Amino acid sequence: MAMRLWASKSASYLKISVFNRGFATVLKDLKYADSHEWVKVEGSSATVGITDHAQDHLGDVVYVELPELGTAVTQGSSFGAVESVKATSDINSPVSGKVVEVNKELDDSPGLVNGSPYEKGWIMKVELSNNDELKTLMDSDSYSKFCDEEDAKH
Amino acid sequence: MAALPLMKLIRLKGVPILQQLHLEERLLRTSPHNWCIINDGTNLPHIVMGISGKPAELLEINSVLRDKVPVIRRFSGGGTVIVDTGTIFVTFICNKDDVSEVQPYPRPIMSWSSLLYSKVFQGVGDFVLRENDYAFGNRKFGGNAQSITKNRWIHHTSFLWDYEINNMAYLKLPKRAPEYRLARNHLDFICCMKEYMPRTNFITRTVDALQGEFSVETTDLEAVESPPNTKFIHSSKILTERELEEAALG
Repeated sequence: MAMRLWASKSASYLKISVFNRGFATVLKDLKYADSHEWVKVEGSSATVGITDHAQDHLGDVVYVELPELGTAVTQGSSFGAVESVKATSDINSPVSGKVVEVNKELDDSPGLVNGSPYEKGWIMKVELSNNDELKTLMDSDSYSKFCDEEDAKH
Repeated sequence: MAALPLMKLIRLKGVPILQQLHLEERLLRTSPHNWCIINDGTNLPHIVMGISGKPAELLEINSVLRDKVPVIRRFSGGGTVIVDTGTIFVTFICNKDDVSEVQPYPRPIMSWSSLLYSKVFQGVGDFVLRENDYAFGNRKFGGNAQSITKNRWIHHTSFLWDYEINNMAYLKLPKRAPEYRLARNHLDFICCMKEYMPRTNFITRTVDALQGEFSVETTDLEAVESPPNTKFIHSSKILTERELEEAALG
């Protein structure tokens, strides 16, 4: 509950459109993969993280395995992992390109992924190799529906 | 009635834990099948930490170095165990679509596994899933860990059928401990499965419980060992003496 209130206040401050799908937040200006990663594209550069839906289902993140700088990432393939509860869970890249920056704050504060999945909990920045791939990703409406359908099945 | 999904079963005895972990990770990442691996004891005592385990926080490193106990960092999450011939390992590797009622996240997978084991321990002791541990009452006898990929997941358990009291001295009280532990030391926190069930009964009942959900087909290790030129890179590794010494120095 506090998370949703915080998300709304932050969104107003940052002038980002947010809508709540009841339980997890989805941001309008991002693109989403069906493995629950988000990407924010600015020209040929992209920032990647995991969604509010993902962090909520994973539980408290205690460790993030970050990729090395310069690593080539491929859309749909694993590039790192998060540890939560007793599990490591792969993080899959929504885009292809080269890793140019990683969020070192996550070494000491992995919980940023839970508390701020779209802002302070960002995981890596990528120099895109193929902007066309973005067309295969979901927009916020489609992702929201996708999450509802997934949750409804279980 | 829909056919049950196929699960291949490998039954091992005394296989080294590093070999088991290598096999599991390779099957998780490269095989399309569902697997159950049961390793009845491992040959030599080993300490096994989870992926983010820090030796200085988790181990009495000087004792570990003195007694040359091997320390492995495994590919899955979770805590630290010391395993030996008294440990029974049971591992499930599943395609998420073959267990479609289970959302591929830690808690639903844990819940599914506890339902399976509640059949194994029906009428035996006071079996309960306590946070992420299998316990009789409030004493842990089984520790769990998982690794979840895009379309598959592994849930593996080390069951304390019996243990060496002295070996517990290599492990510190972990910082991240379940609430129900209540700061108890190892010997007050854990219990042995041997007080509840013969070893072979446990394995038989586990396979029986599996057959309620899968069509189980037994296969042997030789059929799944990787050929010598396989390029799969394993994450589970034994820490070197140097790495442990450096950890001890902080």
